[in-house]
Amino acid sequence: LSPGKFGTGILSYFSFLRFLVLLNFIIFLLMFGLIILPIIIVSHSSANMTFVQQYGSECTDYPSSVRRGLVLFHQYIIDLLSGTGFLEQTYLFYGYYNVDLVRFSRFTYNVPLAYLLATFAYLFLSLVWIVKRSVAGFKQNLVQDEDRFQSFCNKIFSGWDFCITDENAAKLKRSSLLYELRTDLEEERIKQKIADRTFKERCRIYLIRLVLNLFVVTILAGCFYCIYRATIYSQERQTLKLQTNFILDLIVEYLPSIVITLGNFITPLMFDVIIQFEDYSPAFEIRFTLMRCVFMRLASIGVLLFSLWSQITHCETDDTVPCPCGYNHQLYPCWESRVGQEMYKLMIFDFIIISAVTVFVEFPRKLIVTHCDCGLAKWWGQQEFAIPQNVLEIVYGQTICWIGTFYSPLLPAISTIKYFIIFYIKKVTLMKNCRPATRPFRASSSNFFFLAVLLIGLAMACVPVGVSIAQISSSKACGPFVNYTTSWQVLPQVVSELPTGLSEFLYAISSEAFAVSFFVVTCLAMFYFIALAGAHKRVVNQLREQLAMEGRDKRFLIQKLCQAQKRLASRQPRAAPLSSGSSVAQYQYSSQNRNNSGVLLEQPPATSATHA
Amino acid sequence: MGTSASKLPKDLLSEYQELTFLTKQEILLAHRKFTELLSREERQFPSSRVSMEKILSLPELKCNPFRQRICLVFSTSENKDGSLSFEDFLDLLSAFSDSATPEIKSHYAFRIFDFDDDGTLDRADLEKLVNCLTGDTDETRLSAEEMRQLISNILEESDIDKDGTVNLSEFQHVISRSPDFVGSFRIIL
Repeated sequence: LSPGKFGTGILSYFSFLRFLVLLNFIIFLLMFGLIILPIIIVSHSSANMTFVQQYGSECTDYPSSVRRGLVLFHQYIIDLLSGTGFLEQTYLFYGYYNVDLVRFSRFTYNVPLAYLLATFAYLFLSLVWIVKRSVAGFKQNLVQDEDRFQSFCNKIFSGWDFCITDENAAKLKRSSLLYELRTDLEEERIKQKIADRTFKERCRIYLIRLVLNLFVVTILAGCFYCIYRATIYSQERQTLKLQTNFILDLIVEYLPSIVITLGNFITPLMFDVIIQFEDYSPAFEIRFTLMRCVFMRLASIGVLLFSLWSQITHCETDDTVPCPCGYNHQLYPCWESRVGQEMYKLMIFDFIIISAVTVFVEFPRKLIVTHCDCGLAKWWGQQEFAIPQNVLEIVYGQTICWIGTFYSPLLPAISTIKYFIIFYIKKVTLMKNCRPATRPFRASSSNFFFLAVLLIGLAMACVPVGVSIAQISSSKACGPFVNYTTSWQVLPQVVSELPTGLSEFLYAISSEAFAVSFFVVTCLAMFYFIALAGAHKRVVNQLREQLAMEGRDKRFLIQKLCQAQKRLASRQPRAAPLSSGSSVAQYQYSSQNRNNSGVLLEQPPATSATHA
Repeated sequence: MGTSASKLPKDLLSEYQELTFLTKQEILLAHRKFTELLSREERQFPSSRVSMEKILSLPELKCNPFRQRICLVFSTSENKDGSLSFEDFLDLLSAFSDSATPEIKSHYAFRIFDFDDDGTLDRADLEKLVNCLTGDTDETRLSAEEMRQLISNILEESDIDKDGTVNLSEFQHVISRSPDFVGSFRIIL
């Protein structure tokens, strides 16, 4: 996978994919080691464990979902693909973890606490790792974004890769350089044009932009409404447990996923068309469209979850009276498992779509374009590896994994395998089907772009997980949090059982007084660093002006020297007039030599003598 | 190919190792490639020169738009015809190797880009540089207006003392802030 052929942006993409495989594997190890391993150890050793209380009220009634009687084969396939049936009561889903405490010989292991802390741990670990990886790219991005600092010099002086040995690659590099230069120059011209706009033109443009943004918002609202209705329909059909046709059942199960995928396919095309009327500069157009697509993809998961929760917390009896048990226990005796199943389905469907698109769209496209010579094939052209869309796909999958791991602890393992396979699928399709992109992606900023989008995904994943842990009552029929009202309650309970000094300290940290003062101190630190950065910028500007002035001083002095020498030469007619000119030239050369000689330390003196 | 004349004597080898950034294997590989370019009679003499055309036939230099400038810069021949002796060739590889310091690389880059050899990069040098990068045919060249805009931008970014040319210190300053330079300015045999 040579950078000369496809560009360094593609390399960054694949290293990003490798990073995600590793991240998912580490998250899986974390969940496995903290939650599943103690349970497995205990069933094979001498420690004993107490289970959560799963009897008593009507809330704890959890009908088994294993199919009985004569089961048709295709039922197993539906169960495998949607996590119901025989998969539901396994380690795959939250509902199976009904261990409360594990008593080893020397200490007790609080499984609900471990479950909660493992969730926080993997979110925090992902945050820290991504931030660490993006710090290097951020520094360069900051430097580069400042007034397009040196971007032209970088392209011209470091633009040519001297390692290129292939004629085709050289031609490609030349054309991509030409394209980049032309785009940048055009961008600058457009910026100039924007700055020159009159007041009337600006009003008109802002009005157009307002209207188009409203249009975009209505499109998004429409998509979200479709997702909401699809989810509700799918949930109702599932609870009715009708079993008509194999294909129809599968489609009903996967209806939200299908709607989300369709939305994610159509909306970028519409955004591409809309942005052209909004008259932004080309670089901003690309970034803005990308932001809209990111928002669409991640918010659709949020809408799905929101519609699920509206179903879960909505009881049919009365709207004013809150649900007994805190959630709709008749339809969802174990709602976390249901949410986990939806996330599982989303992930499986995402994987199927990526593989199917590669196999059924990209390979035939390559075959048609190479063998068929009609106009349609030429217009369609060979597939280009579009980096932004591919990155969005991966970030979408990773967000699903982050949200779903709380409800389905084995999901990171599935995600690891999925990204591992996708890595090789994408590699094969890149080699066989794609031609190098005409619009090259700059490597030093693309790393930062990938990690920034991933960070947005992580932020959007924390919100649903946080809300469901803190707000929604945990199921009383399954899972480790049966004895607590919400999943969060484990922590205050454990803290209250700690020795008084420690628990008082923890209470003090979580009190309002501490939070407010911490916030104030953070704000002060931030203002200090902003002021420092501003001061540094001013010093840099001052130094630049000083250097320019020194250059002018030098020229002024050289001029004076020339004049003085001319006067001297005219007073002494015997001296050859040529000497004054050559001495000035020698002066210029000697000053240059002085600059250069320090650099030639490593070179053998024989060759440096040629530098004349 | 086993005559003793085409083998490198050990003392010369260690001397070259000291004076350049290359490792022993790289020097031996360079020696092999260099002697392949010489004719049979020339191989007898240790200081024979290879003409520019033969050097430009090497696969590493064939596609490089700066190949002529590279040969002219590293050549030490009196008639400035771009022919390289073996020591010139080692100099070339050493400057382009991975272990060369950024100062060395930027120094040589400056000399390569200085098409008229006057010690500074003025507008004409920069124009020739851009044309080398984009290709010299009519459809790959920038228009005159674009060229003017581009060169003004470059000078604005790199010309600190505002004298209309980029001298070596300014060039090295710009290169030190350039993240891609060290990775792209290398040739490995």
